[in-house]
Amino acid sequence: MTTLDPIQVFRTEAAELFEQIEGGLLDLLHDLSNQDQIDAVFRGLHTLKGSGAMFGFEALAAFTHHCETAFDRVRKGEVSASAELVACVLAAQDHMKALVDRPNGDNAEEGDRLLAELQAAVGGQGGSGTVVTPPLAANAPVAADTAATTWKLSFRLPSNAMANGTNPLGLLDELRELGTCEIRADLSKVPGLNQIEPADLYVSWQVTLTTYQPRSAIDDVFIFVMDEMELQIEQQSSTAPIAGVKAPDTPAAPAAEKAVMEPQARAEASTPAVAEAKNGKAAENVRVPAERLDELMDRVGELVIAQSRLSQLAGSSVDIQLRAVSEDVERLSGELRDTMMVLRMVPVTQLFSRFRRLVHDLARETGKMIELEFEGETTEVDKTVIERLADPLVHLVRNSIDHGLELPDERIAAGKDRSGRVLLSARQSGGEVIITIKDDGRGINRERVRAKAEASGLVQPGQQLMDQELLQLIFQPGFSTAAQVTNLSGRGVGMDVVKKTVEALRGVIDIRSEPGKGSEISLRIPLTLAIIDGLLVRVGSGNYVIPLSAVEECLELSLEEDLRSRGRSFISLRDSLVPYLRLRDLFRTGTAPDPYQKVVVISTGDERIGLVVDQIIGDHQTVIKSMSKLHHDVVTFSGATILGDGSVALILDVIHLINVGQQQEAQLRAAG
Amino acid sequence: MSAHILTVDDSASIRLTTKIALTGAGYQVTEAVDGLDGLNKAKAGTFDMIVTDLNMPNMNGLAMIEALRSSPAHTGIPIIFLTTESDAEMKSRAKAAGATGWITKPFDPEQLVKIAKKVLGK
Repeated sequence: MTTLDPIQVFRTEAAELFEQIEGGLLDLLHDLSNQDQIDAVFRGLHTLKGSGAMFGFEALAAFTHHCETAFDRVRKGEVSASAELVACVLAAQDHMKALVDRPNGDNAEEGDRLLAELQAAVGGQGGSGTVVTPPLAANAPVAADTAATTWKLSFRLPSNAMANGTNPLGLLDELRELGTCEIRADLSKVPGLNQIEPADLYVSWQVTLTTYQPRSAIDDVFIFVMDEMELQIEQQSSTAPIAGVKAPDTPAAPAAEKAVMEPQARAEASTPAVAEAKNGKAAENVRVPAERLDELMDRVGELVIAQSRLSQLAGSSVDIQLRAVSEDVERLSGELRDTMMVLRMVPVTQLFSRFRRLVHDLARETGKMIELEFEGETTEVDKTVIERLADPLVHLVRNSIDHGLELPDERIAAGKDRSGRVLLSARQSGGEVIITIKDDGRGINRERVRAKAEASGLVQPGQQLMDQELLQLIFQPGFSTAAQVTNLSGRGVGMDVVKKTVEALRGVIDIRSEPGKGSEISLRIPLTLAIIDGLLVRVGSGNYVIPLSAVEECLELSLEEDLRSRGRSFISLRDSLVPYLRLRDLFRTGTAPDPYQKVVVISTGDERIGLVVDQIIGDHQTVIKSMSKLHHDVVTFSGATILGDGSVALILDVIHLINVGQQQEAQLRAAG
Repeated sequence: MSAHILTVDDSASIRLTTKIALTGAGYQVTEAVDGLDGLNKAKAGTFDMIVTDLNMPNMNGLAMIEALRSSPAHTGIPIIFLTTESDAEMKSRAKAAGATGWITKPFDPEQLVKIAKKVLGK
């Protein structure tokens, strides 16, 4: 059980604020006078400063304070926003991020430089290098004086004091705590009953106070009303200790200490009260650490497995009541699983929004004009998928901009708009989400791809390739040249890593490109990683699961056809030849083929193969369990699942099998 | 029955700190995430005191305070505002809007408790 740590909450919050600031700044670029965005950025900086100072991020608070001050001039309309200013604030924001990550990092010089730039951009005075953090407001309890003093106070509160929440009786109580008081109320200003405003205050007071506390303690009582009230304080006399006023046991320090210690001790003693305070009146949103969701998901997975065992037991029982209960449990666990899935879904906006900054920076870096557009940002995807996709997408977008988009002059010459267009879109299609990165640049130069692939030995000179095969070459390890790697350094992934990541998510990459018109790369990824719809099949005596999203159709393979095709392993499917794999051979089951074998045709986008199985058992919703460490080299299977009867079924790795099938086909082609 | 305090702040970390301090001192705390949320919760519930930030999205603290004070049911509820600037202008604007008192950020949790006690009485 983890308790919330304010500093951790602050870090999360800071990350959100950075998004808010960055988003505001980038929007501002489209409309430099947009006051809403200016306010949003200012508010972000302001909150960051305030919270930063609260939690000991002093360097951050100080730095942000100066940025806020500079930006305030924009907010007040003294300076108008400009692209340079936005770039300065963005750079400053990166520095703030660094200060959140490493509060004591030694980068003050960088900060000073950024502040100087920022101040130059808003035309302010030169940056003051060192910066004073607003100190914690003084909390020193008043030191007790050694002798008691008698004061004569006369005060009248503003007539709306009570309406505004000040309780005069509370003030009198506070005075009484300072020492002995003699209080007289002056009722002379109280009007007749018919003229009385119930919330108004008409009474004033005269108080004679004898106290060991200094004058400032009296001022403190009235601190909130000081400016609006009439207050006269006159010192009458200093006297020796008097009865009724308890002199401090020992002078100054211990008293002060006590005042400080007491609330703290109390706070420590009752921290569990925080937990109790969540009596159902909390905010509508609850923050939950991601790993708890993962745990819950795990449990739900176990429950689904246990439930399918129960269903199987109940199915073979004649006990009507058991069957009824089992059906209820089945329905409930199904609903629970669906709810759980939804909990893990987050909109892709989270993923997309970070590209605005990337594109902004790249545009400045490359001198290209780029318009980034989004579509379907509200599409929801499993949180893990989003996290894992971030780096590959960054790479793909960089690639589009680096290699795809042309410089403005080049574009004009080609009859296009000056600024290039990059579209990031997401949409749901069945159990998959399709994320597309589309640009209107120069497209992929097939000759260059081929030349490069031949030079690096990926294909034989003169080898015939389908267009899709040729384009997919850019995802081969070793395809990227050294120059590209340097260019993209820092982000650290190549196109082959992109492909691997997507495949690890059980996804596929499609690539389309038209010379001169642009390229489009689509990632098709399952919506969730934890549970899949599968087709349960039998091969020999073992059960296997094929992800349903990859299944195109199922056909019967008659014994004669099987014998006839031996050595060729192709079936003809609506005028095209589809290679197939006999899983019985692949798994070396050593069993005789079932007389009614089936072919399950699976595909990933443009490539497909058939898998010959003995029997199709049916569809099966499957909780995926990853393979143990000992089996991590196994490539044919992507995981395992537990069936209703408690037995284990392996999940076939569709992408691997398709590759095997395609290779077989290539070998046959080469041989024939 | 412990006093019930509504805290209004768009910063989750400040809300948490405020809540820890106040619940630690035995108060009951309800949170709101911005001025509008604060106004709605204040109208829907019964609170002994409100602690609010000023600079917030949707509805800022000043507007919330004004809206509350214009409703007879919320006359007299102490409203303490949090402000990062010890800026006199902001203070007087908030006071004019009907706030009872203020606390300057960054603040010590103890200081907040002290102010709560001061405003709510013992």
